[in-house]
Amino acid sequence: MGWFESGWGLSLIVFLPLVGAVAVLAVPKAREELQKVVALGFALVTFGLSIVLAIQFDYGASEKIQFGTSREWIAAIGSNYTVGVDGISLPMIVLSTFITVLAIVYSWDHWPEPRNPKMFSMLILVLLTGMVGTFVALDLILFFVFFEIVLLPMYFMIGIWGDRTEVRIPVIGKVTEMRLYASIKFFLFTLFGSAFMLLGFIALYFRSGPAGDRTFDMIELAARSDLFTGSFAFWVFAALALGFAVKVPIFPFHTWLPDAHTAAPTVGSVLLAAVLLKLGTYAFIRISIPILPQEALNWAPAIGILAVIGIIYASFACLAQTDMKRLIAFSSVGHMGFVMLGIATMTDIGFNAAIIGMVAHGVITGLMFFIAGSMSHRYHTREMSRLGGNQKLMPIMGAILGLSAMASLGLPGLAGFWGEFMSLLAAFNPNPALNVGLFRTLMVIGAIGTVLTAGYLLWMMQKVNFGEPRESWDDVDLHDVDKWEMMAWVPLVISIIAIGVYPRIVTGATNDAVVELIKNAFGG
Amino acid sequence: MNLDYHALLPEIILAGTVILVLVTDLLPVKKYWSAVVGILGTAAALVPLLTLSFCDSLEFCESTGVRSMFSGTYVVDSFALVLKGLFLVVALVVLLMSVGYLEGGRFWQGEYYFLLLASVLGAVVMASSRDFISMFVALELVTGPTFLMAGWRKGDDRSNEAALKYFIIGVISAAILLFGVSLVYGVTGQLRFADIAAAIAVRGESPLLTIGVIFTILGFAFKVSAAPFHFWTPDTYEGAPTPVTAYLAVGSKAAGFVGLLTVAYVAFGTTRGLWAALIWILAATSMTLGNVVAIKQTNIVRMLGYSSIAQGGFMLVPFGALVAVDATPDVLEKAFFATVTYIVIYAAMNLGAFATIIAISNRIKSGEIKDLAGLGLYAPGLAGLLAIFFFSLAGIPPVAGWFAKLVMFNSAIGSGSGWGLALAVIAAVNAVVAFAYYGKVVKSAWFDAVPDTVSDAMKSDSKVAPPLVLALGLTFAGTIAFGVFPSLVTSLSEFASSLSSGL
Repeated sequence: MGWFESGWGLSLIVFLPLVGAVAVLAVPKAREELQKVVALGFALVTFGLSIVLAIQFDYGASEKIQFGTSREWIAAIGSNYTVGVDGISLPMIVLSTFITVLAIVYSWDHWPEPRNPKMFSMLILVLLTGMVGTFVALDLILFFVFFEIVLLPMYFMIGIWGDRTEVRIPVIGKVTEMRLYASIKFFLFTLFGSAFMLLGFIALYFRSGPAGDRTFDMIELAARSDLFTGSFAFWVFAALALGFAVKVPIFPFHTWLPDAHTAAPTVGSVLLAAVLLKLGTYAFIRISIPILPQEALNWAPAIGILAVIGIIYASFACLAQTDMKRLIAFSSVGHMGFVMLGIATMTDIGFNAAIIGMVAHGVITGLMFFIAGSMSHRYHTREMSRLGGNQKLMPIMGAILGLSAMASLGLPGLAGFWGEFMSLLAAFNPNPALNVGLFRTLMVIGAIGTVLTAGYLLWMMQKVNFGEPRESWDDVDLHDVDKWEMMAWVPLVISIIAIGVYPRIVTGATNDAVVELIKNAFGG
Repeated sequence: MNLDYHALLPEIILAGTVILVLVTDLLPVKKYWSAVVGILGTAAALVPLLTLSFCDSLEFCESTGVRSMFSGTYVVDSFALVLKGLFLVVALVVLLMSVGYLEGGRFWQGEYYFLLLASVLGAVVMASSRDFISMFVALELVTGPTFLMAGWRKGDDRSNEAALKYFIIGVISAAILLFGVSLVYGVTGQLRFADIAAAIAVRGESPLLTIGVIFTILGFAFKVSAAPFHFWTPDTYEGAPTPVTAYLAVGSKAAGFVGLLTVAYVAFGTTRGLWAALIWILAATSMTLGNVVAIKQTNIVRMLGYSSIAQGGFMLVPFGALVAVDATPDVLEKAFFATVTYIVIYAAMNLGAFATIIAISNRIKSGEIKDLAGLGLYAPGLAGLLAIFFFSLAGIPPVAGWFAKLVMFNSAIGSGSGWGLALAVIAAVNAVVAFAYYGKVVKSAWFDAVPDTVSDAMKSDSKVAPPLVLALGLTFAGTIAFGVFPSLVTSLSEFASSLSSGL
């Protein structure tokens, strides 16, 4: 398997879905079954390859870039096709391919209106290329391209298959369909952030050395991090952080998220929550901190404070929701707050917390969005006040919802626990260069946040699952979980329990890489 | 005089084609034969360009380096070769777009192709002009025929308005340009660009020269429709037949930029601080004004008119960023390279956008954005192309436009000055704002339901004229290939950037 290690394997994982999209395009429109089979086939092979990647990966050297390659791409501006995997990106790649397979399985029998499985499967596959590409790119320009490619499929998913409820746009006051508003808002917010991110990348390039020795290579730039100091570093960090913060999203750049999540079709919300939000946090760990470590320390208190505000704000926002899907969307803001708090501590424990938190949020919130989608498909409403008694009407679905809510609130033994716990632990002992008092305060507020998180999730459970069903549901045909849902959800349930019981599935890959990163960035 | 016929062969072939097209029109054959002759002639003119470009590796070709004629006023260097190639390819695509359009309506055909090719001949000459006389003649040859072509839909008031407005503004801008040139001539006593640069270097700047430079640059600002000298653009674009609009927005605009590049970098290279400051302002206003006004447009061609004003602003950014910079050849070359790259990519994606619009409005008989609604449902192919070209114009990877924006940012930030950085930030904000209207077109085509105005006949009629299919294919291939493998463009634009290093 020499070719696999030398970069071809990774490139195959990145571009095979794109080939799959073209293959789906070639299938005649009427043959929906074949389109689904082709899409699933390509997604499965890609997932299989990422498993091969995970098996072949040398965990003893997870801090090293593996399976990497670098080819000349755009010589004129010094950008190369540089890709590779280390312990930090490996879990994210497997998560992306895994969730994509489940998304296609789930879609098998659940086509949102106006159907068109052909285009929908193509978009999912293009999205996969963008997601995996972002996680393997080690060149800033290449990273930018993949980071942007991700926008397009999601824009179409929300815009075409999204929620058709009419809403009044804030400020402008025009009434329009939810999907139209959410799709353009999602696009413009992210584009705004990434435009400044690109300026930051270019600025780094020009400061990276004398003419002829400049580079966009992330690893090389991290090695030259001494060159970036003073107000230059301050502004570049701000530009990059703006791009990443919108994507995460960090409070107060989060306002696109509840709209996009609520408007998106089920599979769109799942992919958005499970993978797309991670692009931002991943970029902080991969780009901002190794390349601008000193400036990261200067910004850390601000990031920590915003993260904790996000946690508390999201909790209260959740308590104010009546729409189940919107509640789950806001809970994402809170969970990503814990991830960012972990990153803000600038410690190895904090980074480990962030990555395991990202993976856990991916599987847990992914599952919750699946359930929310299936429930609104059956009840034709997402209003929690009308959903009461779900446990009696659909026992299995109720049970899985219960489990995912427990995992989401951080019950020990389930996946969500580790991210929250380790992130608070890290805030107790932040990087020596940071203000201990401040971070311990943040820890206390964050801990209160975990209580509030438990509060709103239990409240949701109570409203949706418990109680007696309304009489109006008596005549409605409500079937419990069907086989496609089962096939999509059971793997998620298993991974939630597996990561909860044995977190080394994730940290085993990340730990050495994270320790090395902290050592290189902050010394000692 | 000893002429280098090999170097002049593209112009000679093109001039021959112009005459041949008129002769064909007289023959008792179908009218579209004029177009066929025009297309073949344009394609034939590309051949000597290739042999000139690869002269070193060809046995029969006598390698003489830069081919300079008429005492240095007419030069065939790598810059000229690349830009001539661009003009000829643009002409080919526009010809392909025109055939179906003219066949479909009641138009004079032979004269149309004659005028179009005459204008292209002007653009090709423009790329080689290195003095003000030949440049002015070339510029007038580019614009003269387009005045007539803009009014080609004779029965339509808007088309008449388009032509008249364009004519008046064109004449005024020519007068402004000539005024500036005459002042420059008066101060320096020279007409050749190289001599002007040398004279300015010796004599230094003077108030009169400053006025001359400003007026010359402003003359070109009209030609490239930079704000605030843009007001003819939307009306003319909307009123003119769409293939003509495509030619105005790409061919004629690129010709203006070629003139601006050679004049700014070669003739006025030593007074860079002056024109860079002026162009900084033009760039910032063009981007901002073009974008903001484009958002409110309901007609797609008119919107593309404002879009082309904004895109022109982006092309000017590398020039403007040179204000208050130490003139290292490296920085100058980067800026030159960025503008040429932008022009090449812009040509591919903008022609593609116009070709798609021609195909669509052929079918739905409307140019309103709201009438595009539901296109994705009954014509996914055209709607897909529309999305690709508009995302490219908006600068979203992986389609070509992103790379044009990237090199533009690259040169602005690489200039290392605060002014350059400020312009980059203005450009970045504008790049985001632009999505608001490019996205509106995509939204209409893909997200909205089919309106009642679209009949079943329109839905099922999937015929697109074969030449137009070819034009769509060419521009599509270019837009995708340039976006995924940008080195295809950079090899061209690096080749062309030789001109800036001659300073």
